[in-house]
Amino acid sequence: MSTILEAKNINKFFHDPVRIQVIENLNFSINKGEFVSLTGKSGCGKSTLLYVLSTMDTDYDGTVFIDGEEMPKKNEPFLAKIRNEKIGFVFQFHYLLNEFNVLENVMLPGLKLAKYSREEVEHRAMEKLKILGIDHLALKKSNHVSGGEKQRVAIARALINDPHIIMGDEPTGNLDKKNSDIVFDIFKQLADEFNQTLLIVTHDPSFAERTHRIIKMEDGKIIQ
Amino acid sequence: MRKRLLINIASALLLARWRQTLVAAVGVTFSITMFITLLSFMSGLNDLLDGLILNRTAHIRIYNDIKPNADQPINRSAAYTKSHNFIGSIKSDANRQAIYNSDAIMKSLQKDPRVLGLSPKLTAQVFFNDGSIDITGSIFGINSTEETKLFHFDDYITSGNSADLNKVSNSIILGKGLADKLLVQIGDGVQITTSKGERFQLKVVGTFQSGIKDFDNVQSYASLNTVQKILSVPNDYITSIQVKLNDIKQAPAVAKEYEKLYQTDAEDIQTANSQFETGSSIRTLISYSVGVTLLIVAGFGIYNILNMMIFEKMDSIAILKATGFSGNDVKNIFIYIAISIGIFGGLIGLLFGFGLSALIDQIPFNTISLPTIKTYPINYNPKFYVIGIVFSFITTYFAGWFPARKASKIDPVVIIRGK
Repeated sequence: MSTILEAKNINKFFHDPVRIQVIENLNFSINKGEFVSLTGKSGCGKSTLLYVLSTMDTDYDGTVFIDGEEMPKKNEPFLAKIRNEKIGFVFQFHYLLNEFNVLENVMLPGLKLAKYSREEVEHRAMEKLKILGIDHLALKKSNHVSGGEKQRVAIARALINDPHIIMGDEPTGNLDKKNSDIVFDIFKQLADEFNQTLLIVTHDPSFAERTHRIIKMEDGKIIQ
Repeated sequence: MRKRLLINIASALLLARWRQTLVAAVGVTFSITMFITLLSFMSGLNDLLDGLILNRTAHIRIYNDIKPNADQPINRSAAYTKSHNFIGSIKSDANRQAIYNSDAIMKSLQKDPRVLGLSPKLTAQVFFNDGSIDITGSIFGINSTEETKLFHFDDYITSGNSADLNKVSNSIILGKGLADKLLVQIGDGVQITTSKGERFQLKVVGTFQSGIKDFDNVQSYASLNTVQKILSVPNDYITSIQVKLNDIKQAPAVAKEYEKLYQTDAEDIQTANSQFETGSSIRTLISYSVGVTLLIVAGFGIYNILNMMIFEKMDSIAILKATGFSGNDVKNIFIYIAISIGIFGGLIGLLFGFGLSALIDQIPFNTISLPTIKTYPINYNPKFYVIGIVFSFITTYFAGWFPARKASKIDPVVIIRGK
């Protein structure tokens, strides 16, 4: 089993208003195909850790490896490229661009990567939408679909470049029970059928219980 | 591919806020319109005013000045060569005013590649006799063909025809003021008395109006031969040669050269009419500064609108960055937005500016002193249009650059966590 994500000696401080250590000397790794949930109480540093791992937050000590490659802290365009190519994001809020339709929203990161032609990206986007069962919404404006559907569009967007890992920050936090279950089932299906690696931050115990592995955090440390 | 994607995103953001975009573009359009109109009008006016003097003035005038001889006898005395000599009650030379060897000089001038053309001139001081009243005036002997070609002589003829000076013997074209005083019209005769007391009868073939009234009250034109007859001088007697150069800027240097070469005096146009140069350059400066100010104001409008757009689109910027768009990409998106507002607004502004100048060009503008001008003067110099579009490009680029840089520095984590 190959290691997709590895964190070594991660320390992170918040400086404002006073210096607080949020993450204390943290080490762990995630293997390919694992469906991992990161849980813990509010303020335990789980989201902060996710942003460190996602390369969006570079103000930390220690090293993050993605696909065996060390992430530099200063090279912003390089990190943007890594996020584009290797990481898919699903946030609590869907963050779809209202100016574009559903299909275009899914296509954007693919067009940015420019690995495939526009037609191919469009074809792949339609496939992802089909997997998630929302291909009939493809040409709707993104603000004309329901909340649960929006979150599924966001997942399709995260999948478009076949990322090494999908990171989620409370992806079901804003959804009702029914939609939460749909989203969970999608994640589960991705992990089981497509061998997709997932790292999901959640404070919903029922969600966490059903994943392959639970990492529990407290006061900036992994306790389990 | 990458660029096209960024442009696609930029245009989607633009079209989603098309009302704001339109307001920003209208600001640019307005300022470019005014910029073009102002400069075209101002420069048309400048050309008109300069033309009043500069068109009619030779670039270099070759003549013999009345002045004391620089080579006084005492300077030749060996005993005083080293001393500083003061000479009192010095008198001007009894030099004749005619240019020596004028034929040869004119031939050699015509061979000079820098010279566009030349026109000989002869001045006679005369009295126009009107019954018992004598009016002082002067008659310029000219070659009317050359004078028209080089100095737009025809433009100032209000009645009659300048070519008649050559066709009709002993003919004269009077200044409008002078003709009014003498109560004569085309076909009438005027009697003149020369300074030597000789009387001549001349036939009026036209009147002219130069735009400067003092001129028109005392001046008149006749052919070179006629004036030579009046003064009873030979055929090669001329008092000045008016030279027009291909490049007016060379005039001072060339004038100095001719002074040495032909042993005469030569005056260049810059020295003779320096005040016009100053006036037009200051007017140009004022119109440019007003135009640029308008553009900068439009730039602030774009800056504001982009700032607002970035504030509204914070989420979109955050997700673009999270999904792999770099800070530079985000910056380029907003710079594209700014520039497309600038170019679009600017191009429309050029059209409107052209239209407005064309409109002003149709407004009647009649003054007694400028007989050839019927409407407000406009200069359709393409230079203004080029400057206008370049300026609109530059100002909108900078107006976009600052908000765009701000957008590129947005930290996606802050926005995503803030939700």
